[in-house]
Amino acid sequence: MEYGLFLGCTIPARSRNYELAARAVASSLGVKLIDIEEFSCCGFPLEASDEQGAVLLGAMNLCVAEERGLDICVLCSACASMLTKTAYHLDHDRKLRDQVNRELLKIGKEYKGKAQAKHFARILLEDVGLAGIKNQVKRDLKGLKVATHYGCHYLKPSYIYEGFDDPQDPRTLEVILEAVGATNVQYRRKKDCCGGPVLLSDEKVALSVAEEKLKQVRDVGADCMNLVCPFCSLMFDANQKGIEGNSGNEFNLPVLYLPQIMGLAFGFSRKELGLNLNSVSTKELESAFEE
Amino acid sequence: MKRFSLQDSDHAFVHEIELSDFIGGFRDCYTCGTCTAGCPVHRVNKEYDPLKIMRMLVLGFREELLKGDMIWLCSDCYTCQENCPMEVRITDIINHLKNLATREKNVPLGVSTQKRLLKEQGKIYIIDEFDNKKRAKAGLPALPELAEAAKALLQERE
Repeated sequence: MEYGLFLGCTIPARSRNYELAARAVASSLGVKLIDIEEFSCCGFPLEASDEQGAVLLGAMNLCVAEERGLDICVLCSACASMLTKTAYHLDHDRKLRDQVNRELLKIGKEYKGKAQAKHFARILLEDVGLAGIKNQVKRDLKGLKVATHYGCHYLKPSYIYEGFDDPQDPRTLEVILEAVGATNVQYRRKKDCCGGPVLLSDEKVALSVAEEKLKQVRDVGADCMNLVCPFCSLMFDANQKGIEGNSGNEFNLPVLYLPQIMGLAFGFSRKELGLNLNSVSTKELESAFEE
Repeated sequence: MKRFSLQDSDHAFVHEIELSDFIGGFRDCYTCGTCTAGCPVHRVNKEYDPLKIMRMLVLGFREELLKGDMIWLCSDCYTCQENCPMEVRITDIINHLKNLATREKNVPLGVSTQKRLLKEQGKIYIIDEFDNKKRAKAGLPALPELAEAAKALLQERE
């Protein structure tokens, strides 16, 4: 199992905790992640203002992997959706593909449609499998109560993901948590957005969307939130203090990336999983199942 | 919200979007309101209403759509699109409207800034020496400061 590791813009600059944990978990599961310097922005931030430009960047990154004969492992859900959507359109629209290839020729590239981009969690599920994940569990999470936030672009738009999970009743992240010994808790608004993309146009609205969700998670008594996207983490973890200040609500809710929770079950240390870099402290949560 | 007059309707605008194989099916909308009922942004701000956007599009209210703020409140979450019983690609349509609004210079500063940064750097955040030092300390490989190929691709774009 070899993949080109696509970090995108946000993770190396802002979410080293996610990167650290994902690399640790991947290596213990035998997934080889290959670093490729030539990867750039996925194109997602251009989608609203220059959709053709976004597709060009997406296509360029797919070409970079294709040239190396690799598929792509993506950590950020927005990047995963942009790269998957780009491939979908280029594979279904001959005219668009020709037009994009004329542009790519300027930098000596051609899109052939050989490389597939997959989210990290999807690779764990489809390539490693639940049995392989269970095999690595070394520490009992003692029923750690986790509320999963799937986020939007991990699942949607569903036409690009060819039946991977069900956006109306998603399960893929929770079956992984179950395999590592955590307990999934359900809450209202589970499928709602984090609000992240609205930050650029209306911060107040964006933070209100995140607050709605934090309230629901707090009210069902979850020990922590689980997610798989650096933008969602920005909204729920990094912005949690600010939301508390604005609204008078108190959450004090640790927000972990999926591989951070998995890594705890696999016996990795706090530092190896970048838990020291999370905004809301995870110490209390960790102490609950230390030997 | 202010009232619109059908005299302001721009039919050429509607037809142009309708011609797209990909997002052209918006006339199938029978105004059931499922989009708005599930919208997480509508829940916190009633001014934002995806059904209204679809009606404004069908009725050809080009100016109101492209010069107003409403489309920019869409969080791109795809809930409306996934829930739509007529499979109207609502989120993809709104995204296209954001592109058209950008050409009319109606674009939030944050969005235009990201566009400029990508042209200049090929990525949103530069990875400088300081970042790479922190990465090295954490045992992570160094990354290039800019993304040159992406920069080159975007060079001639508006």
